[in-house]
Amino acid sequence: MRIAFVLNGQKRAVDAPPLTRLLDLLRGPLGLTGTKEGCGEGECGSCTVLVDGVPVNACLVVAGQCDGRTVLTVEGLGTEDGLSDLQEAFVKEGGTQCGICTPGFLMAAHALLTANPQPGEGEIRESIAGNVCRCTGYQRIVESIRHAVKERTSRESG
Amino acid sequence: MGLVGRSVPRADGPAKVTGTARYVDDFTRPGVLLGATLRSPVARGRLRGIRRDPAFDWAGVTVVTAEDVPVNVVALIEEDQPVLASDEVRHAYEPVALVAAEDPVRLARALRALTPEIEPLPPVLTVADALARKAQIHGPDNVFATYRISKGDAAQAIAQSPVRLTGRYRTPHQEQLYIEPQGMLAFWDANGAHLVGSLQCPFYVHKGVKRAFSLDDARVDVTQAVTGGAFGGKEEYPTLLALHALLLAKKSGCPVKMIYGRQEDIEATTKRHPCEVTIESGCDREGNLSAVSIRVLMDGGAYVTLTPVVLSRAALHAAGAYRWEHVAIEAVAVATNTPPNGAFRGFGAPQTIWAIERHMDRIARELSFDPLELREKNLLRVGDTTPTGQFLKESVGVQRCVEEAKKASGWDRKRAALGPAAPARPVSALIRRTAPGASAPRKVRGIGASVFLHGAGFTGSGERRLQGRVAIDMLRDFPGKKPLFRIRTASTDIGQGTETVFRQIAAEALWVSMDRVEFAVPSSSVVPDSGPTVASRTVMIVGSIVERAARELFGRIEHERQKRGGSFDDAALRLLAGKGPIVAEKMYETPEDLAWDDETYRGDAYPVFAWGCDVAEVEVDLDTFETTVLGFWAAVDAGKAIHPLQCKGQIEGGTLQAIGWALNEKLVVQDGRILNARMATYIVPTSLDAPRFTTVLVEDPYSKGPGGGAKGIGELPMDGGAPAIAAAIEHATGIVRDDLPLLPEDLFAARRTPA
Repeated sequence: MRIAFVLNGQKRAVDAPPLTRLLDLLRGPLGLTGTKEGCGEGECGSCTVLVDGVPVNACLVVAGQCDGRTVLTVEGLGTEDGLSDLQEAFVKEGGTQCGICTPGFLMAAHALLTANPQPGEGEIRESIAGNVCRCTGYQRIVESIRHAVKERTSRESG
Repeated sequence: MGLVGRSVPRADGPAKVTGTARYVDDFTRPGVLLGATLRSPVARGRLRGIRRDPAFDWAGVTVVTAEDVPVNVVALIEEDQPVLASDEVRHAYEPVALVAAEDPVRLARALRALTPEIEPLPPVLTVADALARKAQIHGPDNVFATYRISKGDAAQAIAQSPVRLTGRYRTPHQEQLYIEPQGMLAFWDANGAHLVGSLQCPFYVHKGVKRAFSLDDARVDVTQAVTGGAFGGKEEYPTLLALHALLLAKKSGCPVKMIYGRQEDIEATTKRHPCEVTIESGCDREGNLSAVSIRVLMDGGAYVTLTPVVLSRAALHAAGAYRWEHVAIEAVAVATNTPPNGAFRGFGAPQTIWAIERHMDRIARELSFDPLELREKNLLRVGDTTPTGQFLKESVGVQRCVEEAKKASGWDRKRAALGPAAPARPVSALIRRTAPGASAPRKVRGIGASVFLHGAGFTGSGERRLQGRVAIDMLRDFPGKKPLFRIRTASTDIGQGTETVFRQIAAEALWVSMDRVEFAVPSSSVVPDSGPTVASRTVMIVGSIVERAARELFGRIEHERQKRGGSFDDAALRLLAGKGPIVAEKMYETPEDLAWDDETYRGDAYPVFAWGCDVAEVEVDLDTFETTVLGFWAAVDAGKAIHPLQCKGQIEGGTLQAIGWALNEKLVVQDGRILNARMATYIVPTSLDAPRFTTVLVEDPYSKGPGGGAKGIGELPMDGGAPAIAAAIEHATGIVRDDLPLLPEDLFAARRTPA
């Protein structure tokens, strides 16, 4: 099946069996290995990407469903030389340790801040409840997201 | 420079937040095949052969069995575990054959076309059956190891004590559940065997490969990929996976990648040892502890792996953070036909700390003492000796930890406000009080605490034997204006932040900025053997070698500068212009005053201990028996926090693993098989289960620690979480649990059991 979609801001078209997992399409033919597989059954959230702005588990979404849609992965957030504010906050505030879950958390947090620029701690915890981290105890992840919110607020008011 | 003690941005952070960090599954090679493992469905049996379905098209499929293994042993402490079972199968999921194919679909079909032919034998599934020698499965008595620690005369002192109490405390399996499953990429070339994998200890894998394939040092190259969590689970297990991938690569002539699925990972890899601890203690009515007798029984699983060392650490922590004049500890680990247990953060100590802390609460209950007051009365201090006779010379910050945790949590105020301790509030009364229509709350609150210690570094003479080494190179950067430095160490960054902290330590000692210090990818061909990345030893032991190597280089450069003038960089560049590479390689120097006797288990068990006090506040729903952790306060004596933020990250993450062990995680094992080997069924805490942590860093420096006194704290936080939660639940409900876990069904079942 010919699947055409907007991936990280660019129009892309690939030929793939329609039931290919989006995760395999991204990591394989599209070469975007930033999206990680932790469980393959939608429990860990490491493969979280945004489809039309909504966080989904790329291990549970099939490629055919992405035709005509917009897909955002961690590679679309920023680069090592040009980190997004959220990425920078994770580096500075201890939001990443082993890092395998980090892309998924970043995508969930990005979706939250797009929909709700001023989330409280409860809303932050709720938004990342579908992502499992075994390293941090979540506190530094929550702090990282709060830090990004604070920076945005002070930028806008300053 | 002021780098030490500063929470600088994480060195490997940018790669991890942009998805460019390369984990093992992100590597590939031309012509790579995928590998999979055929496993035993039964706990014990005789392997008669591997049947291959003649109807299946085997073209392009590689199958490996025990006959293909040159030397069929996994070289760890003992060589009792085969790479592939050849004769007897000793646990469910034991590897019996390997298969490789070019794509996942062919691979899955080929795996299904293989059937192990096993004649079942009666398995030994419990510690009791192992001790009763229901079947002989290891040595003459099914015992892997026994340790005894003795100080004074515990039996007599207990007999003479006014207050004698006995308790039995059990802890179950725990799965590491690193989010990245185990994985390995293997290939062979003219230089020998090559591996890239998710692992903690490159030289453990190196040793195992050399042994199984009879290769020289130089013909084995093991490189760590960025590793997605480990917690001990990637300490010894990757050696087995590396051997499997190499066997398939050798037979197929192609590179082979093996990545475990989650279910396979949970079923087949090592877990925390289940443990039963019996404690008998003697004290007076004023709460002065006198004597303790402790028996530790551990289930090692089917093969030795690291069990003796885990058992040893369990025994050495069993008396807790307290002064006892008389101590008798006996620790025994046995073999069962269950998947081998192995390293998991804490390494035996969480099991025995759980027991002693629950026992301290039992004593406090008996004497009607505030639990922390009883503990404070008996805390080890500088000048005291431990059960092994270790004289505590310095860095015993435990009293301050208790004070800080009490202050931060509002312990005294909350204990007073919440009312009397458990025995006065039996749960039946609470339930009656909160019957439908009644105005009383259907949720009750409580607050509990734990105090604990964790020895940093290898036990006893371990560090002396290891002789860990680190090298620092001075290199010319492009375009050659300034010298660069590169740390070469086998200590891996598995998320805990080794790279960042080592660069801080080296940069501080060299008086250069951190961006001028690189961290070499740990590859056995490039880095010296610094010893394994385990035992809370990375910062304290290996970090101190990094510091000494950096200081030596600084001294050489400074000497050149004083001799011939110019700036530090000028002097460094002059040295680089000379002959040969500029390298400082240092080996760990065990402090001379440390002595240990492996025979008698007397002496300095660890160079130093880290200390902690946890306070948990919980709310228990009396309808559902669900526990919510409202707040968690941890005060930890880290000696010196080189990177305070990462240090807190270790404490919070380790504590949540301990809370998960108490409140969420429950491995269900039946007939030696795991019934809930999925993330949907083995539940670990999420952001909504996790409490808000308040972490206080207490710094009572260790004179031999790097950066002005750092101690190892990686495992310590795993020790205190569970008993603090149990104590808080007890305070809230009156339910006394001596066994983990504390899931709603466990509390419900225990609600009628009197204390």
